[in-house]
Amino acid sequence: MANAKLWGLKKSPWVFHVAAASCNNCDIEILDILTPRWDVERFGIVLVGSPRHADALLVTGVLNRKSLPRVLQVYEQTPKPCLVIGVGTCTCHTHIFEPSYNVVGPYDKYIPVDVYIPGCPPKPEAIIMGVVKALKRL
Amino acid sequence: MKKEFSKEIIDEITTRCPEASVKIHAPRRVYIRVPREKVYDLAKFLYEQKEFRLSIATGIDTREGVEIIYHFTFDQAGTYYNLKITIPKDDLQTKSLATFLPAANWIEREIHELLGVDFIGHPNLKPLLTAESWPAELHPLRRDYADEHKNLKMKEKSEEAL
Amino acid sequence: MRRVVPIGPYHPLQEEPEFFKLFVEGEKVVDIEINIGYNHRGHEFISPTLTWDQVPFLVERICGICSDSHPYAYVLAVEDCARIEPAPRGQYIRTIIGELERIHSHYLWLGLAGHFIGYNTVWMWVWRYREPLLDLFELIMGNRNHYAINKIGGARRDIVPEDYPEIEKYLNILEEKNAMFTKAILDDPVISARLEGVGILPKEDAIAYGVLGPTARGSGYATDARKDDPYDAYDKVDWDMIVFPEGDVLAKTKVRLLECDESIKIVRQCLKQMPDGPIETRVDEIPPGEGIGRHEAPRGEVFHYVRSDGSNMPVRHKVRAPSFMNLASNAVAVKGYSIADAALVLAAIDPCYCCTERTIVYEKGKRKYTGQDLLRLSREKTEEIRRRYRK
Repeated sequence: MANAKLWGLKKSPWVFHVAAASCNNCDIEILDILTPRWDVERFGIVLVGSPRHADALLVTGVLNRKSLPRVLQVYEQTPKPCLVIGVGTCTCHTHIFEPSYNVVGPYDKYIPVDVYIPGCPPKPEAIIMGVVKALKRL
Repeated sequence: MKKEFSKEIIDEITTRCPEASVKIHAPRRVYIRVPREKVYDLAKFLYEQKEFRLSIATGIDTREGVEIIYHFTFDQAGTYYNLKITIPKDDLQTKSLATFLPAANWIEREIHELLGVDFIGHPNLKPLLTAESWPAELHPLRRDYADEHKNLKMKEKSEEAL
Repeated sequence: MRRVVPIGPYHPLQEEPEFFKLFVEGEKVVDIEINIGYNHRGHEFISPTLTWDQVPFLVERICGICSDSHPYAYVLAVEDCARIEPAPRGQYIRTIIGELERIHSHYLWLGLAGHFIGYNTVWMWVWRYREPLLDLFELIMGNRNHYAINKIGGARRDIVPEDYPEIEKYLNILEEKNAMFTKAILDDPVISARLEGVGILPKEDAIAYGVLGPTARGSGYATDARKDDPYDAYDKVDWDMIVFPEGDVLAKTKVRLLECDESIKIVRQCLKQMPDGPIETRVDEIPPGEGIGRHEAPRGEVFHYVRSDGSNMPVRHKVRAPSFMNLASNAVAVKGYSIADAALVLAAIDPCYCCTERTIVYEKGKRKYTGQDLLRLSREKTEEIRRRYRK
């Protein structure tokens, strides 16, 4: 519960969730942390509906050719400074999708990523810890 | 209904198409090789008169040509009757089934963009899965593309290492 | 005068990127254009570069929600190609996990549907009862999702008898809560008014588009791969197929809720009948040939086709997910309804875009609705129906 005390002190980050060619597992785990067992809304973390209201971007999935320009557009629309948190092994490296013709490489080739959370999928506790580490850097 | 293939259906198919060669792999898996010109009429017969369902169609690039397997299923007996055709590479076209089967619409679009087969009579043969920036003449599931792609990836890797 | 309402590709109503262009006249939707490809990662291209035993790990990551169904169908396809008889205990383990996954996926959908129509309580409660199921997966197999239980010839891990009481305990809680959810959702007049008569897919269109799963069974089209083409333990236990004829979103909801009850029945019977013995058979080689495997995933029939030339890698591996067939039927189901209903109808087929595209907006100078507007419209409609009942 030491983490909870730290959180009580930080400002509450509003996050926007961007999924580019993901298998959805990380996306469901991100939604899971809003449910009663973890309930991050009590720490002030809210999922917003538009990138223009966001303080942090939660990105998931390997990038593919069709979603790359859209993800870049979303990144441009987010007011800076913003945190980019990569959730899942797909954001760290293309791992098993490396031979594919449609996959254009990990996120950090195109946008600066602040925190990498590995795992396939990372457990909700790991995602919360990753967000805390990102906030500590601010 | 007995859960296995029906001799009557196979006899009806071979009557309509004597050149068909039938292989029975398992009680509920039948593979029938037919010439390219006959598949439209056979598919229409199976769908409209025998109430079969088109599950999906697979496209494979082989030495003899591009092979397309239409996987038809009869749900009540749980059997898959697979119609195989081979299309020569210098004449990559066949009649589209989407004119009478709505399910074939997206199926044929996918085979068109990944293997380069032209479906004559298809209402909307636009790319379905690849990006707008992907060149239309590059077909990823062809064997010659796979070799070229491997060489490209190896070249990129060795350049990164240097 | 026609206006275009784009939904997507990145939209708060949906988890995955996909792009629907709704053509509206006033409040009614008259046409829809569906544009996919945002999730295409090229699995069919990658499969021939991996060995037979490595492919289940790749194929699992086609979809995170139905992550057990794809390896299951692939393993059945290879067993068909090589005529392998899987070990009986392995077959029962695979069936149990397949059915538990069905419950998890249906609850996920139910929560999201509740969220779309503004019933956040439904979402929180249903997902709360999904959590112990994920804990159960972690207990048995080591991971909440992507657990890789399927292996050519049987299962990869055993369900030890010490774990049976844990599973039974969860099933008892689940049965009681499922009855509560079914009653709460079906008896509520506002939810029924919101879901009934909306997004009707007639039976002839369901057959013409070849839709599968609860989308088909909610339109009166009785197709289920577990009954049509029985495999593993499905023909050794007693259960019913749930079919409703109306074709609207309420029918699909009822199918999913009652299927959870059937899954509980199947798991209980499998635990009782579980044979002893090894969980897998030894597989030495895959001879040349071809094989087809199919499994009834929570969304419909998953189809895998493999071709072998005797070497240790597949020559061709074709994957077809049920959402590929179900998505195209949206063109029929969404026309004629209001925009507030459109989001719900598009979600009612329980789309899984990552499965659909595995092989691999919008400015137009016209005023468009943003994501917040669509969510607000959907919830406003629910409020309006509520007011009618309060009077």
